[in-house]
Amino acid sequence: MTVVMEAKGVRRYYEVRKGMLAKPAVVRAVDGVSFTLEAGKTLAIVGESGCGKSSLARVLAMLEQPTDGELLIDGLPTLAQEPDRRVKLRRAVQMVFQNPYGSLNPRHTVGRILEEPLEINTDLSREARAEAARAILARVGLRPEAYGRYPHMFSGGQRQRIAIARALMLNPRVVIADEPVSALDISIQGQILNLLMDLQDELQLAYVFVSHDLGVVHHIADEVMVMYLGRPVEHGETSLLFDRPAHPYTRALLGSRPRIQTGDKTPRKTLSGELPSPLRPPPGCAFHQRCTFATELCMRDRPELRQVEGRAVACHHAETVLAAAA
Amino acid sequence: MPALLEIRGLTVEFATSRGTLRAVDHVDMDVAEGEVLGVVGESGSGKSVSMLALMGLLGSNAKLTADRLAFAGTDLLTLTPRQRRKLVGKDVAMIFQEPTTSLNPCFTVGFQIVEALKEHMGGTRKWRRDRAVELLTLVGIPDPGARLNAFPHQLSGGMNQRVMIAMAIACQPRLLIADEPTTALDVTIQAQILELLTRLQRQHNMAMVLITHDMAVVSETAQRVQVMYAGQLVETRSADELFTRPRHPYTAALLSSLPEHAERRARLATIPGLVPGIGDRPVGCLFSPRCAYATDRCRGERPALYRDPEGLARCFYPLDDSGRPEGVAA
Repeated sequence: MTVVMEAKGVRRYYEVRKGMLAKPAVVRAVDGVSFTLEAGKTLAIVGESGCGKSSLARVLAMLEQPTDGELLIDGLPTLAQEPDRRVKLRRAVQMVFQNPYGSLNPRHTVGRILEEPLEINTDLSREARAEAARAILARVGLRPEAYGRYPHMFSGGQRQRIAIARALMLNPRVVIADEPVSALDISIQGQILNLLMDLQDELQLAYVFVSHDLGVVHHIADEVMVMYLGRPVEHGETSLLFDRPAHPYTRALLGSRPRIQTGDKTPRKTLSGELPSPLRPPPGCAFHQRCTFATELCMRDRPELRQVEGRAVACHHAETVLAAAA
Repeated sequence: MPALLEIRGLTVEFATSRGTLRAVDHVDMDVAEGEVLGVVGESGSGKSVSMLALMGLLGSNAKLTADRLAFAGTDLLTLTPRQRRKLVGKDVAMIFQEPTTSLNPCFTVGFQIVEALKEHMGGTRKWRRDRAVELLTLVGIPDPGARLNAFPHQLSGGMNQRVMIAMAIACQPRLLIADEPTTALDVTIQAQILELLTRLQRQHNMAMVLITHDMAVVSETAQRVQVMYAGQLVETRSADELFTRPRHPYTAALLSSLPEHAERRARLATIPGLVPGIGDRPVGCLFSPRCAYATDRCRGERPALYRDPEGLARCFYPLDDSGRPEGVAA
C-alpha cells in the first residue's frame, strides 16, 4: 500500500500573552505526533475537547505550519518545498468541517462553491468546471437542480454532502474530516457515514477522522489515536484498542460512553476530574491526577510511547492495565 | 398515582413568513412524581418547543393551545403571568444544552444562584450565600466558596453545567426539565453530569423530563420514553420495552441506524428522505414518505395513537415482536 501522509514528531505551539510585561505562556497544543497513513485507510483521532485534535487537523490540512517536526504528503516534505510545489501538495489534502451551516458561503450558489477550487487551482474552461461540479453532485447523492441553489435551501445533511463534494473537487489523496457528523441527526449521520465509506472504497481516499463519538469511530476507522493534552497516549488498530485498551485513559473513555441497555443497568465507569489546563500541564504523566493506576513514578516521569502488545502506548503501567482487564 | 405534570392536546404554532408552522401537534404527556421520562426525537420534532411552552418561554410569534396543561393539579393555562413565574423556577426548573450561553456572562455564578433563591425563597443574605455554597458542593464543584465569585467564562463547560444544575435545584423543584443537558459536553464529563442528575433525582424524589437525541443516554436514565416525530408523539412505553420491542417503524428505524448495531465498516441502515418541512406535510401519516412499510392507507389517512398492552404507537400497522408490521403482506 502507498503511504499518502506521514507525520514525524509534529508539534504545534501557541503563545498566549499574559499582560504587557509577563513572558508569554506557551500552549503545547500538539506535542509530538507521528503516524503513517495509507491510501484507502482511516485514522481516527479521539480525545476530549482541548486535547489538541483540531489543532492537529489544521496542521495536517496545511492550514497551519508545524512549530517543529515534519509532515510528508505523498512522500514529499511539506515544509521544504518551493511555494509553487507546496500549493500542489496542498491540493492533495482537503478538509470537511463540523458545522455545515458555517462552512459554506451563504452568498454563493452550490455550483460556484464547488467550482471555486478548480478556478483557483486548475486552468479548466468554464464548461469543464461546470461539468465536473455536476458530476460530483451526482456522486454525493444530490440532484442536478442543486447546482444553481444556495446553501440555505438545503438541510444539514445535504449541506454536509455539499461540503464533501467541495473537498473532492481537486481529487485529493487525503480528506481531513473534523467531526463531520456530530452536528447531524442520527438518521442523517448514517447516510453521511455510508457516503464517506463508499467514496473511500471507490477513490481509495485516506481519511483522518477527528471525532469524540466512539461509536462512529469504532465503525469507520482502521486505526485510532487517542490524544490527551496534546500528546498521543495510545495508538493502534481499532479493534485492538476497543477490545483491549492498554492506557487507563483509553479505558476510561470507552467506559464512560453511553450504551443502550435494558433490564438491569450497569452504571458507567466515570472518570473524575477534568482535563488540566494546557497552560499549566501537570508534571510527569499528564493524566496522573485522574488515573486510578497512578503511582509516584507517574507524578515524576513522563511516560514515552512504547510498543506493548501490538500498539503504541504512553503509560508506565500498561501491562498492569491490560492484566487488570483480563 | 396522580400525575405531577399533565398535558393534553398541546399544540404550538409559529407564524412565519412562509405560513403557519405547527411545531407541536396535539401532544399528550404525563409525568408522575419522581419519574424520569425521556423524550427523544430528531431536530425539528418539537421536543424542546413543547417544554419551552410548558415553561412559558416561547416568543411572541408562538400560539399555544392545549386542552389541559396542569402541574400538580394547578391549571397553568388560567394563571396570570405573575402567578406562573412564582411556579416556574421554583417547582418546575429547566436546564439547557449550552451551559456557557445560558448563564449571564456579566454576573458571577454566585450572584446568579443567589438571585434564584432571593426570588423564590427569601431568607437572609447570609442564608442565601450559605445555601449557594451548599448547592455548589452538592453538584460536585471543588472549592465552592471561591467559585461563587467566578464568572461563567472562567469555568469549563462541565463546570458551568454543574452551576446550571445548582441553580435549577436551588429551590428544590418537583420537576426538572433537562433539555439535552450533556450534548455539548465530552463523553467523560457527560457521564459525570448524568450521574449527578440521576443521583439528585433519586435523593430528592424529583421528577425529570430528559430531552435528548441520544438513545443510549435515554436507555440508561429514563424509566419511560416518548418518541416524537415532526411535532407529533409517535410512540410511548417503558424504556425496556421501547429498546427491545419498538412498535413504531420510526423508532425501530432510529434504533437500527445506530453504528453500535451494525458490523464494523458495514453500510449503516438509514432512513431515506427528510423530516417534513413547513410546506410538505403529508396528508396521511407524517412518517409515511420515509417508512419502509407504508401502504396506501398510510399515505391517505392520519393514524391516531393506538393503545397496545405496553404503551401507545401512532401506526396502523405496528411492528410485532419479530419487528414485522402487523397486517401487512410481506
